[in-house]
Amino acid sequence: MTRFLLSRMTHAVLLLFGVSLLTFLFTALAPGDYFEEMRLDPRIGPETVSALRTRFGLDRPLAVRYASWLKSVVRGDLGYSFSYNSPAGPLLWARARSTLLLTFTATLLTWGLALPLGIWSAERLGKIPDTLISWAMAALLVIPDLVIALGLLLLAVRSGWFPTGGMASVNADALTAGQRIGDLGRHLILPVAVLVFVALPVVVRHVRAAMIGVLDAPFLRVARGHGIRRHRLLYRYALPAAANPLISLFGLSIGALISGSLIVEITMSWPGIGPFMVEAILARDIYVVLGGVLLSTCFLIAGNFCADLILYWADPRIRAGSEEK
Amino acid sequence: MQPLIVVENLVKRYNGRGPVGRPGVVHALHRVTFSIAPGKTLALVGESGSGKTTTALCLACLERPTSGRILLEGRDIAALQEKELHAVRPQIQLVFQDPATSLNPRFTVLEILTEPLLFQRKARRSEAAELAYALMERVGLPAEIARRRSGELSGGQRQRLAIARALILSPKLLILDEALSALDCSVQAQIVNLLIDLQLSLGLTYLFITHDLAMAAHLGDEIAVLDRGRIVDRGAPEMVLRKPEKEATKLLVQSAPLSTGIQPLRRVS
Repeated sequence: MTRFLLSRMTHAVLLLFGVSLLTFLFTALAPGDYFEEMRLDPRIGPETVSALRTRFGLDRPLAVRYASWLKSVVRGDLGYSFSYNSPAGPLLWARARSTLLLTFTATLLTWGLALPLGIWSAERLGKIPDTLISWAMAALLVIPDLVIALGLLLLAVRSGWFPTGGMASVNADALTAGQRIGDLGRHLILPVAVLVFVALPVVVRHVRAAMIGVLDAPFLRVARGHGIRRHRLLYRYALPAAANPLISLFGLSIGALISGSLIVEITMSWPGIGPFMVEAILARDIYVVLGGVLLSTCFLIAGNFCADLILYWADPRIRAGSEEK
Repeated sequence: MQPLIVVENLVKRYNGRGPVGRPGVVHALHRVTFSIAPGKTLALVGESGSGKTTTALCLACLERPTSGRILLEGRDIAALQEKELHAVRPQIQLVFQDPATSLNPRFTVLEILTEPLLFQRKARRSEAAELAYALMERVGLPAEIARRRSGELSGGQRQRLAIARALILSPKLLILDEALSALDCSVQAQIVNLLIDLQLSLGLTYLFITHDLAMAAHLGDEIAVLDRGRIVDRGAPEMVLRKPEKEATKLLVQSAPLSTGIQPLRRVS
């Protein structure tokens, strides 16, 4: 186990280093920078622009800038935001927290719904529940994210049931702690619903396919022959046997926690990392972009790592294989 | 002697759909009738697709017959509701052809053997483990493998485990569905000996499903030949196989590797 963990950690560090280097190179080699547009402003002289570039270290060689940025990553600053004139790390983290609240809730809800739906659909293969679920999932799959988001926004505007944007009401400061949590919950409903509707068909289809592959296995027939009941057969016998591809998919869901909600955050004015990154890309605030990419990569690596750990815990064959090695 | 199990006019039809959605009906079994006396073995032979496994699944209450009766000690189990079947199923146990797929890959040997007992509340955990170890010894499995999983066992050990698992709930009828086909000759002989010993000591009744006529002749007190869902021939092995009269039986005998004469196997010590 220790060897497994060490090897994964080494792999993760190398991957992060590679991604950071490539992203740094691509952004640095792209034409123009944050101060380029200032040159077009007749009120700002070239000396001022030059002084600003010197102040922020943009006139130094690429390798020196990369090394300096790496140092700031180790400190947790993730570089410096030109737009906000402050370290990029705290800015990114504040927005990442909002994004994580949204995507984590949506991911939990998606899997919580997809598992029973997929299992039920597979168990009733070819029957009315399976047909209805398959049709509903196919319909959700073909509707673009944006259309779902706009449709739900329209519903919210017409009905007035849910807040139509943001993370808190205007008068949130005047609310008690409990009321604030309720207010946050109400603001979460719409964006979470969009994320669930978008992710649900994919996960349900995977769960259904994995379960169909297992439900006909002779060991399940034997267990039925022992009088083991349906619920136990499905959840203690069939689901663990079908779980490996689903665990890998769950790892990808974790990987997408930071980067998978851009459209929802923009359409529903959720103060997450998505709109912040778009703003930073347009302004060429390169250290914010770099920090965002690094954060996203961290989650992708963490997702895969979690999937590996769950597989190791859930599948005794993988454990045995690892111990043999 | 009162038969343990009587199958009367068993019919099984599957309604299916083709790839372009055209409905079709598959007649898997057509008025199948036979009975097995307690402590005896009926060998059910037939070529692939003749309905042998469907018969096994209907008898084990894992498929509902379209019509017909299955009387276990006089009680029609084909007419029981799903809730009532939970109590009946343990009395009829199945051993499948491929032990690799018929054993839960996630469970240890001990879990595979104790789970039915614990679920049926027939024993406490410690008692169930004791029973499991005793049964392992009986089928020739060493106690050291109790914590291993099926993937870590040999083919012969897996099939012994499958037999032990089938016996853990003390069934009245054991259905062996091509249970020897996936094993090599020496392991086959060992398992045959084990089956004979178990039958003699426990008074088990077997439905032995096979396409191996020599094995059917060796183990069966009676042979029934299944052809396209119908029993076409039935009787003592020497009568059915030495002087086959029905076309399907003749074809089976001719296609057997030793078609010049079916010799009973010698017991391997």
